[in-house]
Amino acid sequence: MDILTQFVVIPLLTITGIILVKDTRQVKMVSAIGMGLQLIMAGILLFLYVSARRAGNSAEMLFVKDIVWFKSLNIHYTVGVDGISVAMICLTSLVVFAGIFASWEVDFLRKEFFVSLILLATGVFGFFISIDLFTMFLFYELAVIPMYLLIGIWGSGPKEYAAMKLTLMLMGASALILVGILGIYFNSAPAGGQLTFNILDISKVKIPMSAQYLFFPLTFVGFGVLGALFPFHTWSPDGHSSAPTAVSMLHAGVLMKLGGYGAFRVAIFLMPEAVKELSWIFIILTSVSVIYGAFGAIVQKDLKYINAYSSVSHCGLVLFAILMLNQTAMTGAIIQMISHGLMTALFFALIGMIYGRTHTRMINEMGGLMKVIPFLSVCYVIAGLASLGLPGFSGFVAEMTIFVGAFQHPEIFYRVVTVIAASSIVITAVYILRVVAILLLGPATNEHFDHFTDAKWFEKVSVITLICFIALIGLAPFWLSSMIGSSLQPIMNKILALNPF
Amino acid sequence: MSLGTFLELRQELLLIAAALLVLIAEIFSDADKKRNTGLLSIILLGIVTIAGFFPAPSGQLFGGMYLTTNVRLLMKNILNIGALLVFIQSVTWLKKEEHCEKASEYFLLLISTLIGMDFMISAGHFIMFYIGLELATIPIAALAAFDRYKNKSAEAGIKLILSSSLSSGILLYGLSLIYGTTGSLYFSEISALFANNNIQILGFIFFFTGMAFKISIVPFHLWTADVYEGSPVNITSYLSVISKGAAIFTLIIILFTVFPVIIGTWQKTIYVTSVLTMTIGNLFAIRQQNLKRFLAFSSISQAGYILLGFMSGNQMGMAAVIYYVLIYIFSNLGAFGVVTAISNATGKENMDDYNGLYHTNPKLSLIMMLSLFSLAGIPPVAGFFGKFFLFTVAAQQGYYLLVLIAVLNTIIALYYYLLVVKAMFINKSETPVEYFRSDFPTRFALGICIAGIVVTGFASIIFEVIRNLSFVI
Repeated sequence: MDILTQFVVIPLLTITGIILVKDTRQVKMVSAIGMGLQLIMAGILLFLYVSARRAGNSAEMLFVKDIVWFKSLNIHYTVGVDGISVAMICLTSLVVFAGIFASWEVDFLRKEFFVSLILLATGVFGFFISIDLFTMFLFYELAVIPMYLLIGIWGSGPKEYAAMKLTLMLMGASALILVGILGIYFNSAPAGGQLTFNILDISKVKIPMSAQYLFFPLTFVGFGVLGALFPFHTWSPDGHSSAPTAVSMLHAGVLMKLGGYGAFRVAIFLMPEAVKELSWIFIILTSVSVIYGAFGAIVQKDLKYINAYSSVSHCGLVLFAILMLNQTAMTGAIIQMISHGLMTALFFALIGMIYGRTHTRMINEMGGLMKVIPFLSVCYVIAGLASLGLPGFSGFVAEMTIFVGAFQHPEIFYRVVTVIAASSIVITAVYILRVVAILLLGPATNEHFDHFTDAKWFEKVSVITLICFIALIGLAPFWLSSMIGSSLQPIMNKILALNPF
Repeated sequence: MSLGTFLELRQELLLIAAALLVLIAEIFSDADKKRNTGLLSIILLGIVTIAGFFPAPSGQLFGGMYLTTNVRLLMKNILNIGALLVFIQSVTWLKKEEHCEKASEYFLLLISTLIGMDFMISAGHFIMFYIGLELATIPIAALAAFDRYKNKSAEAGIKLILSSSLSSGILLYGLSLIYGTTGSLYFSEISALFANNNIQILGFIFFFTGMAFKISIVPFHLWTADVYEGSPVNITSYLSVISKGAAIFTLIIILFTVFPVIIGTWQKTIYVTSVLTMTIGNLFAIRQQNLKRFLAFSSISQAGYILLGFMSGNQMGMAAVIYYVLIYIFSNLGAFGVVTAISNATGKENMDDYNGLYHTNPKLSLIMMLSLFSLAGIPPVAGFFGKFFLFTVAAQQGYYLLVLIAVLNTIIALYYYLLVVKAMFINKSETPVEYFRSDFPTRFALGICIAGIVVTGFASIIFEVIRNLSFVI
């Protein structure tokens, strides 16, 4: 079996294992072992990828495996990775691994919880490895449905409402994507010949402009909903705040990246001509996402809502950057996806741990946590500083690259929106520092908090894993950005061919 | 009649033999052993189903009134599989004291509707088609009124027979217009003589309306919910799956072979009716509390999606429709199987009664969830593939707006399917359905449904076989 298919098979085997074992301790062990194995596999994949590139393999996608599935419609099961997908796979395995440990203390229906969680991960992994639109769409929908059960059963607050809203909005998005990919499919051979779902083959032909004008907005908005594009972001705050910890981590950390990745891989890569014409509409919308999300975070009192709005803002920046159509900004967008994935997973993990102790997420009901739970508090400060873009953490690298890239655009419109979007950094600082000040450093208001114990071993595993990688990307971003940069060549060639500036 | 022509009629003759054997067995069995005829019918239908998969010659009989091709044989096989599942699901219900003595009538009537459907599908002449249609409908009315001590069941029987005779009247009027303008009722001659003039299109519209009643396409769906609610659960599932499937098969055959000249007209007709059917079916399903009514409206909207496959008028559309009906049989019978099992064990049929079902009957809840997801078109279950191919057919003809409407409708459908999932998995209940162990036939039928739901999608070979057979209608 090829290495990429294993990323789908290992989670499925883990699920089988979970179903077969009896007691809850074993369920946790099986999940941890399975996802640990997945993490190791991701490391191996990264190593193999880098060494193959060093050895001079310059194919667009590596480790390609192509199996004909539905012959009459030319549907294939095709997998393959470039630097961007490798990076996303590593991110996913990290977040899932941390998520397993963050949900160590789920107290009912544990088996079902881990099965749904890993099923969700299966969908995400499948999505990142597919280069066939049909398979990609199949895995996308597979990732959305377990969310409903995860939020609806194990969530908190208005969980049924949030779960339904999230599921329906994301499935609505998939409706747009479905029409989009059917449109792309039927225009994939404008000169006649075999129609195809294969992304690489389609990228070599020019889809007729009339079709592009129709299907670019459909696919971009479809994936954009998942990437919290204004005004379709409303599922995100409700969903994130009602979801259990591990699900918030996985959702904000990874699932929202499906949006950015899909918009990049399908909408922009396949239809750059239409992007060039229509991008201004979406640039305005994403700028609104960036600013609105940041302002939204300022007025929230619930820790999870703060972080959910901050995710809207940060993911808006991803979509903003890929629409800029230049290499620097796009590299920044991909780094931002990874950086935000790690950062927000860390945030949600910490919020879950704090909530497990205080039983409240309202910042005005808490205070002085630094004295009682110093480990978690310090980690929270680290996450906050990474989020507001302090040099040395991944957030700085990502945002810096995005804004430098976006500002290179010669037209005044692009420069103005870049300045507007960049101002979100300041607003981010406001809400992060406000939380740190009240929650961690403020006066201790509640004497019940004095008896808290600091992080347990499994919580430390979860948190430290994520912090290490945030710092790693912040301190040594070059290996990541060069890996991404070389993988952006095919799309840059397409863009430069029609837009030499 | 030589052996060769006998083989062409094989399915119908076998079914007739089965019906006769059930009758004879009924006469010779004691009053307390009547349930054995149930077992006999299941075995006989099983034999017929298996026999259907052996290759049969294609050709025509009775001077072209009866046609058989591989794809028509395939349709019959699909209906046989579905009917067999319904038979097996009915066993538990028929064991009850008040139904026990009528068991053989039950199976006899069902087998005779199957004979009717087979003739309907194989028709090459409108009279043959009409006889098959009536044979497939009238026994169902008797079955709908099977629960003779329940008012609702009697009401369902009356409603079904009245509305189907009305629709037959409309259909016959259409046929008479077609006969009057073309001078023939043979499919092959009509398609050659059809010339797109107004009176012929009027005839077509009347014909389509009559069929729309049978498939319960909006706005001719009003009988559906009441009949489905009043009938015994197994008859409801038979109506919503087998009868509907047979009518869809017949309609697609007739549209593709008799009316290819006016494809532009029927594409418009189907465009409008499919949008109406999907939307109205879905919107009404949201409000339903009784699960039988709920599944009735859901099956109305499913017919709307199936109509999308008609849009192309080519082999791909035919294949997509047959494939979807196959998946729909497994999914809907899975859902109905769970409703039947719970209704048999507790008599409960409302959505509230399903609250907390997962905690007491996890396996039934999982089966229900998978079946509903398949109906909604969620991967990895087969419904996703079926819907995708139907949408592909419509998109191929450039009807992207129709596809968008259909996909948005699946979101509405997902909403109400999730309501059931929510009841089973999330809601808490003071008095949940007690744990019960279903008997062997129920578990066997549900097992086949689940296997069908899971395998039919991934195994691309099934779709490819259907597609290759669809070359010659």
